[in-house]
Amino acid sequence: MASLPPIDVPKGATGAGVFDAPAEGERDPAREEYLLRLGDDALVLGQRLGEWCGHGPALEVDISLANLALDMVGQATLLLGAAGDGDKLAFHRDVLDFKNCLLVEQPNGDFAQTIARHLLYTTWQHMLLQRLTQSSDKFLSDFAHKAVKEVAYHRELAAEWTIRLGDGTEESTARMVEGLDWCWRFVPELFEVDEAQQAAIDRGIAPDPRKFEEEYRVAITAILTEAQLEAPADQRPILGGRRGHHSEHLGHLLAVMQFLPRTYPDATW
Amino acid sequence: MSGDWPLWEVFVRSKGGLSHRHVGSVHAPDAELALRHARDTYTRRLEGVSLWVVPSAEIVASDPDEAGEMFEPAESKIYRHPTFYDIPDEVKHI
Repeated sequence: MASLPPIDVPKGATGAGVFDAPAEGERDPAREEYLLRLGDDALVLGQRLGEWCGHGPALEVDISLANLALDMVGQATLLLGAAGDGDKLAFHRDVLDFKNCLLVEQPNGDFAQTIARHLLYTTWQHMLLQRLTQSSDKFLSDFAHKAVKEVAYHRELAAEWTIRLGDGTEESTARMVEGLDWCWRFVPELFEVDEAQQAAIDRGIAPDPRKFEEEYRVAITAILTEAQLEAPADQRPILGGRRGHHSEHLGHLLAVMQFLPRTYPDATW
Repeated sequence: MSGDWPLWEVFVRSKGGLSHRHVGSVHAPDAELALRHARDTYTRRLEGVSLWVVPSAEIVASDPDEAGEMFEPAESKIYRHPTFYDIPDEVKHI
């Protein structure tokens, strides 16, 4: 979408953390990689939304955001559990091993920025899950059938709030514009297909996101139009999250999320 | 923020065939979001299959100061209760 070349992982960088050990025996690296990418998206977004707990702009919104967070953590539990030892993957990997897209790790900012992030991510996620129900992989197809309803609600809620904030007061409009502007450069990564993803697409495990990129643009534009907003100007896309190259924000998020099981490995509750 | 929002009374139908019952209230800027707030606040644990929200300001309530004339006259009219009939054992759910 942008004329400038994207900022991406530099040539020659390995993009590999300690969990990227070569596959062996019966392991299926393309499938595992895909599960990790979707699972990390859900985990990181769930953690981000959870940060709102007790800080929501209204009690009702606080509960609403916590519900969204729990849906995401639930999805992460299933996906990471299918990729391996879910708890170990969530709590004992370092930042280079995380395969989430950069959009979901962006800070909450204000409520409008959180809504912008959620609109841009869950609209994509919903379109993906609709197609993932047809996956050749039984687990992913079952997962998608279950998650697609949850995410449809997320997408609707984010759209409702975008419209109200965008077409609201002078202040809410300004904040919504800023929130969208912050998140916009991370959208192209959602439609990037690298070698690892192509392998999953070729086997029918994963849908090809490029096939619904136009549908996505139309849907987002429709919401923004209803919100009396214009789409932000295209920015230089930033890529690399899928290969473990993250913004500074993810490390801070993991420090909070992983502190307890790393400090007290035997803790149970 | 929620202090600026109107209050909505929430009614939940727990399953098909039963009536909607009042469960509480939420603040919301408009009807659409009131439904969503009600969903997130009151039906998280499979409590319902249908929701109503009603602006609290639209509820017409009886005046507690008039409780005497409104309700006490019914106290002395026990013949309005169907308690003077023998119910056969075969009849359930009464």
